[in-house]
Amino acid sequence: MPNDAVVPIRSAADIVSARQEGRNLAGKIGFAGSDLTVIATAISEVARNILEHAKQGRIILDLVHHGSRVGLQVVADDSGPGIPDIPRALQDGYSTHRGLGLGLPGCRRLMDEFEIASESGRGTTVTMRKWMR
Amino acid sequence: MRVPILKQRDYLIASIQSALSDEDLLQLRDDLVEQTGRYRSRGAIVDVTVLDVIDSFAVRTLRAVAHMISLRGAETVIVGIQPEVAFAMVQLGLTLEDVATALDLEEGLAFLDRRIGGAAKHA
Repeated sequence: MPNDAVVPIRSAADIVSARQEGRNLAGKIGFAGSDLTVIATAISEVARNILEHAKQGRIILDLVHHGSRVGLQVVADDSGPGIPDIPRALQDGYSTHRGLGLGLPGCRRLMDEFEIASESGRGTTVTMRKWMR
Repeated sequence: MRVPILKQRDYLIASIQSALSDEDLLQLRDDLVEQTGRYRSRGAIVDVTVLDVIDSFAVRTLRAVAHMISLRGAETVIVGIQPEVAFAMVQLGLTLEDVATALDLEEGLAFLDRRIGGAAKHA
C-alpha cells in the first residue's frame, strides 16, 4: 500500500471516503487514538468546504518527513471561487454558508500546521500537517 | 446507509451502524421526526457509538434532530460519544448546546425514564 492517496471530492459520500482514507493512512504511519479521530475530523471539514464552495476538488494525503519526525500532510485543493478574505474566514463564527463557521478555524486548532492559499476565481488550496508526537 | 430505528416502549432508538454521509444524517433526522408522530413516541435515543467522526455538519444535524423532536413534544438524548470523538469536538469548538447526552444506551433509557416519568412504562 502506498504512502499517499488522492481522493476526488464530488459528493457527500466522497467526504466519508476521504476521512476513512486519511484515518487508514495515518494509522499506517503510526498515529493512534485521538490523533486518528482529529485527523479524520479535520479532513471531513476541509472536504465539506470543497463541496460547499467549489462543488468539486480533491483531497491529497501524503506521508511527510521533517528531520526524524514523521507526519501526515492533507491538501484540500479546488478550482472554485476562492476565499476573498482569508483572515476573516479563519475567525471563529464566520461562515459564508450554512455552517457553524468553525470549519477552517477549527481545523487550524486540530492540526499542527495550517496554511491557506487562495486566488479569487482560481481556487483554494488548504495545506495541513499533523506530526507524530 | 439508512439508519435502523427501533421502537421500544414509548421510545425510538436510532442505532447507527456505520459511518454516515451527510445525506444519511439528514435522512435519519427526517425519519426520526416523522416516526415520533407516527408512533406517538415520547422520547428518542440516537446511539452514535460507532461514529468515529462527529464534525460540524453532524453536530448541526444532531442539534436539529433534538430541536425538531422537542417541537413535536418529545425528548431526545444522544448516547455513546466516544472519548476521542469528544476530544476532537472540543478542539474543533463544537457543542451540542442544550441537547441531552448520556454515556450509553442504558444510561439514555434511564434518562428518558426520569424525564418522561412512569407513563411510558405502561405503554
